[in-house]
Amino acid sequence: MNRFFAVALMLAVLVPQFAGAVEPDEILKDPALEMRAREVGKQLRCVVCQNQSIDDSNAELAGDMRVLVRDRITAGDSNQQVIDYMVDRYGDYVLLDPPFKAATLVLWVGPAAIAGLGLLWVVLLFRRRKTASGEMELSTSGVQAEPLSDDERRRLENLLKENDA
Amino acid sequence: MNRLLYVIPLLVLVVVGGFSIAQLKQVSDGKAVNILPSVLLNREVPPFELEPIQGFSQGFGSKDLMGQVTIVNLFGSWCVACQAEHPFLMTVKEKNLVPIYGLDWREKTPDAGPKWLAKYGNPYTLIGDDPNSKAAIAFGVTGAPESFIVDQKGIIRYKQIGPITPAVWRDTLWPLIQELRKP
Repeated sequence: MNRFFAVALMLAVLVPQFAGAVEPDEILKDPALEMRAREVGKQLRCVVCQNQSIDDSNAELAGDMRVLVRDRITAGDSNQQVIDYMVDRYGDYVLLDPPFKAATLVLWVGPAAIAGLGLLWVVLLFRRRKTASGEMELSTSGVQAEPLSDDERRRLENLLKENDA
Repeated sequence: MNRLLYVIPLLVLVVVGGFSIAQLKQVSDGKAVNILPSVLLNREVPPFELEPIQGFSQGFGSKDLMGQVTIVNLFGSWCVACQAEHPFLMTVKEKNLVPIYGLDWREKTPDAGPKWLAKYGNPYTLIGDDPNSKAAIAFGVTGAPESFIVDQKGIIRYKQIGPITPAVWRDTLWPLIQELRKP
């Protein structure tokens, strides 16, 4: 019995998410066609609410677009043909996943380029800091430094003297 | 070199920020009407054929637009912005400046559109009923009102998103219509 409730609860939670905003009377009788319609619907932007797919949106225009998608799929269009039909009227804008081309180059490459520049900046900054504190690290990290040779000691003293002057 | 490293983030901020502010300014100046550019611009009117609305004898289709410069105006009795532009459309009609064809979009009841026109006046030469957005989607419409200027060959020359105001008419639509009418 407990298991039955668990399954029922799982379905209750999951099913609405699959269905999105698709109205019961829109659903096609043929489950295979309906599945294709969902696949297409998920890729198309609701042009009223902009950040939702037409399957997620309950805007009236999104509903009409869902019906149109189903009409065309029933009429024998391939998924791509349906998507092309929408792009032909609304432009790439109607695609939630915009294609990679010259006009969308900044959109695709921009964030990665900015992140890359930022990373480069951080790396350069750290490297600089590391070389600056290099000697200190040696003494604190327990690594035995080789003692200075006589020649080196003389040079060091000279340098320190120069510094004082 | 060292100091330059610290300046880079600031430079990025200035460039990105400046770009954003310029864009926002365009919107606030009302210059960004084509913020969603229409892919249909300079293309033929999509083929469509619409039934008349209740009480009217004739609907219209893409063929009816041929041979003259026209405005195709998408409206709905439920649309507040359409009501705002309506008096101006009436003026265009009274002065006989250009024929306006109406797409009555998504009325809740068949008599809503006709009632609205009876109350506020009918500026349209012909009206087509578009209850399930067939024509609206074909025109790539995102909301009402939207208007399209169509030339003699049935090519879409301009898309006006939002109401036709006297300023838009004076600065953009009317000059374009006159330009298109030149032989």
